[in-house]
Amino acid sequence: MNVIELRDIVKTYDMGGAEQVLALRGVSLAIGKNEYVAIMGPSGSGKSTLMNIIGCLDTPTSGLYQFNGVNVSEMGDNDLARVRNKEIGFVFQTFNLLPRSDALHNVELPLIYGGVSSSERRQRALETLDHVGLGDRVHHKPNELSGGQRQRVAVARALVTRPSIILADEPTGNLDTKTGEEIMALFEELHHQGNTIILVTHEADIAEHAHRVVRLRDGKIETDEPVQKRRVKTAATAS
Amino acid sequence: MYLLTELKEGLLISFRAVRANKMRSVLTTLGIVIGIVSVTLMSTAIEGVNRAFARSAAAFGTDVLYIQRFPWVGNEDWALIRNRRMLETNFAAKIERQSQFSDAVAPVVGTRRRVNLGDLSMEDAFVSGTTYQYMNAAGVTLADGRFFTAEESSGGRPVCTIGANVAETLFPREDPIGKVIRVGGYPYTVLGVFEKQGGLFGVFTSDNRVFIPLLSFESHFGGRRRDVTIQVRVADIQQMEDAKLELEGIMRKLRHIAPGKKSDFSINQQELLTETFAPISLTIASIGLFITGLSLFVGGIGIMNIMFVSVTERTKEIGIRKAIGARQRTILLQFLVEAAALCLIGGIIGLMIAFPLSLIVDQVLPTAMPLSVVFISITISLLVGVVSGFLPAYRAAKMDPVEALRYE
Ligand SMILES: Nc1ncnc2c1ncn2[C@@H]1O[C@H](COP(=O)(O)OP(=O)(O)OP(=O)(O)O)[C@@H](O)[C@H]1O
Ligand SMILES: [Mg+2]
Repeated sequence: MNVIELRDIVKTYDMGGAEQVLALRGVSLAIGKNEYVAIMGPSGSGKSTLMNIIGCLDTPTSGLYQFNGVNVSEMGDNDLARVRNKEIGFVFQTFNLLPRSDALHNVELPLIYGGVSSSERRQRALETLDHVGLGDRVHHKPNELSGGQRQRVAVARALVTRPSIILADEPTGNLDTKTGEEIMALFEELHHQGNTIILVTHEADIAEHAHRVVRLRDGKIETDEPVQKRRVKTAATAS
Repeated sequence: MYLLTELKEGLLISFRAVRANKMRSVLTTLGIVIGIVSVTLMSTAIEGVNRAFARSAAAFGTDVLYIQRFPWVGNEDWALIRNRRMLETNFAAKIERQSQFSDAVAPVVGTRRRVNLGDLSMEDAFVSGTTYQYMNAAGVTLADGRFFTAEESSGGRPVCTIGANVAETLFPREDPIGKVIRVGGYPYTVLGVFEKQGGLFGVFTSDNRVFIPLLSFESHFGGRRRDVTIQVRVADIQQMEDAKLELEGIMRKLRHIAPGKKSDFSINQQELLTETFAPISLTIASIGLFITGLSLFVGGIGIMNIMFVSVTERTKEIGIRKAIGARQRTILLQFLVEAAALCLIGGIIGLMIAFPLSLIVDQVLPTAMPLSVVFISITISLLVGVVSGFLPAYRAAKMDPVEALRYE
């Protein structure tokens, strides 16, 4: 069964009066378990809008969205919050960490909202931070961390609830090439461990890490094809 | 359990928020501080007035009837009653002989005179002339010494029993018993001192009074053309109404009032006062609390205002929290807790300021800040926090996650 199934998703924004922006005009897409998908396309083509809908941050104007076989388009606010909390791990371009909280608390936060007991919470947060290589930075506040480290904290926060899917909207957009590559290596590792990953990017060499590339243009899917130029290492391990 | 975790998280967040904006938080809570101080002091003062009144009223005794020319309260036409005849002191003995329900009857006349001992003096002391029966006819207790006896009373001896304030004024250090003081210039030997009754400025109580035998009073200060009060102690408090009817009958007979004509005297009792005072006290309390409540209201508006600012400032944070699974309720609770915490801090500071001030009030009125006021203040400040925090918190809870995340 597909983790994500989108059928004819339309998203319009009312700009007041009769004016409307058609951000997505009928997108259909199915993503299976342990897939690694890159979404590309020019600026304004609707990538973020699509990600927000997949991530249950936003609801489509029309169309059907099934998440793990459950119809999300008709969910209420509380149910959406629960899906965001338990099933989806979001990684943003601008990290979006709470500035006044240390790394540990940032990572614990989804577990707090998920009602996990405090001892288990702490243990899982520490494990996950360790996993992303920040075991020695748990009590640092975001402004005491480098960009790459911040993004690792964000990845740890996305991972800690063991979600069905990880969504990353230009996760390397604010990082230099080297740190970007480090984050991509982390994603690759997560993928090998069985995680399903969707990431938005502008850069072709970042997209190369994925196994499938979806190209958007003007709110529509232009192409949807597997990555041909696969790295030898990745191909070897994947098969 | 889940709610508890959310509350804890909310408290943690608000603690951080307050710490991050110390100055702003202090200024914001100022309104609540002032509100709580005024509400606390107002209710302390009201409590004080009530207590003072209760004590003053208690000085009249619940089982004592006062036969007098005029009623204490009531809406009888003054023009009709102003020409009532004076009562006579010798009614007391006659009533005592005829009444079944009464225990003791004492006539009391009074005037205001200077009472002094050398340089120590009380300018406007109440000097009361009465008989030895007063001790039984009024609900008073001696702190020291004794009241005058039947012999001293009928012999018109220059002796007196004094109220607690008089004793304190004239004898700051010495024991007053056996000393000679001057009452309106005449020498009187102090036999005893009454226990302090307290109450509203000592007006109705024995505290500022000097009691002397009726005959001495008449010879020194003149007995004619003075208002006489006849105090009747009723034996059984259950029979106050019967006693009143009986006294009415006896008095009418003594004064030869024809049947069908109105009585030209009044029978007063403590109950009349408390009944009259209750609604007045309620009105004062309501107005006072309403006015001070306004200051709390203004404080609440300040909290609401700053919470709106806080919500706007933290739009991004709200977006982040929503993106990782915070529900609307969670966000609502977070900001409610923050507003309540701000108000609670204000309330506690307010109480800490109000407490020493209430000790000053205590100098004027017999009161202490009751423990209930502490609880009520805390509850009120929490309530103000929740009420004024609700709209901002609701706005935060309803924010669209995508919009909030995009906010810079
Ligand atoms: N809240 C909004 N109100 C109105 N129009 C919007 C809103 N959000 C997005 N849009 C419009 O929808 C279209 C798609 O926006 P989206 O953010 O999805 O683009 P994108 O592909 O992520 O672009 P970029 O690569 O620059 O991030 C754009 O034309 C944008 O102007
Ligand atoms: Mg975008």
